[in-house]
Amino acid sequence: MIINHPLLGPRDAAEFTYFGDANLIHRPDGSPDTTGNTSAQFYTYQYLRDNPAGEHRELWFHEGGDRSWLVVTRNTLTHDISNVELASDVARAEGRST
Amino acid sequence: MHDLAPLTALGADAPLHETIGAVTLTEQPDFALASLSARRGCEKEAAIALRKIIGHAAPAPGRSTNSQGLVAFWVGPAQWFVEAPYNSHEHIADELKAAGGDAVSVTEQTGGWARFDLSGETATEVLARLCPLDAPQMQSGAATRTSIEHTGCFVICREALRAFSIWVPRSSAGSVSHAIETAMRSIA
Repeated sequence: MIINHPLLGPRDAAEFTYFGDANLIHRPDGSPDTTGNTSAQFYTYQYLRDNPAGEHRELWFHEGGDRSWLVVTRNTLTHDISNVELASDVARAEGRST
Repeated sequence: MHDLAPLTALGADAPLHETIGAVTLTEQPDFALASLSARRGCEKEAAIALRKIIGHAAPAPGRSTNSQGLVAFWVGPAQWFVEAPYNSHEHIADELKAAGGDAVSVTEQTGGWARFDLSGETATEVLARLCPLDAPQMQSGAATRTSIEHTGCFVICREALRAFSIWVPRSSAGSVSHAIETAMRSIA
């Protein structure tokens, strides 16, 4: 499998490690609320994931390369990769980070 | 007074120099190395600081630049390594820090890495056995990090198809150079 790195071009998937659903970059506040319970939002973030048969946005880390985090859109049925973005760009586009 | 004998990364008195088949592997101990990374939000300032030292624009992703032996190569977003002859640039890290100030984080890397040069007709065939890079596609000046023998190394193409430098973590120099020699032998 080849991942088309947005900065470095096509690179072998052996250089990458898989992290999971791209929603993991949307971490909500995990501190307990006034009742001492962690928010339902954080529970959802921590434990509930979609497991689609088809297009899936997921995080990959270029561990054996430039160590950037990528958001890869991959079809879990065909392994066809339709889009690769830098996770930092995705976060910035949502108004987070600098 | 200290009376210490300098040793190479492989624990020898002299740098490794070995020709097997059509390729030669040469250890290059006489280079200083430093890394420069932009601090959060200071990407532009970091590139300007690097420019002050190397005299031209910072290398683009996957590339290196060379100005009179002062080589800069891209290692990640807003991160570069600078390689220079040790004799003239022993304090390259200090020079980079002075140029970048609070916009950059600079780390002296000389003692952390060992450089091995791989050259010869079949150099790309050796690399094909060592790492997932498409070495025959690398143009002169291409530079990237990859995995060799499960170890993160930097590969710089000095001359397309013929000459490459491999920066290896110094503590893994023995096992990585052994892997390179094994690959050289396998195609000799």
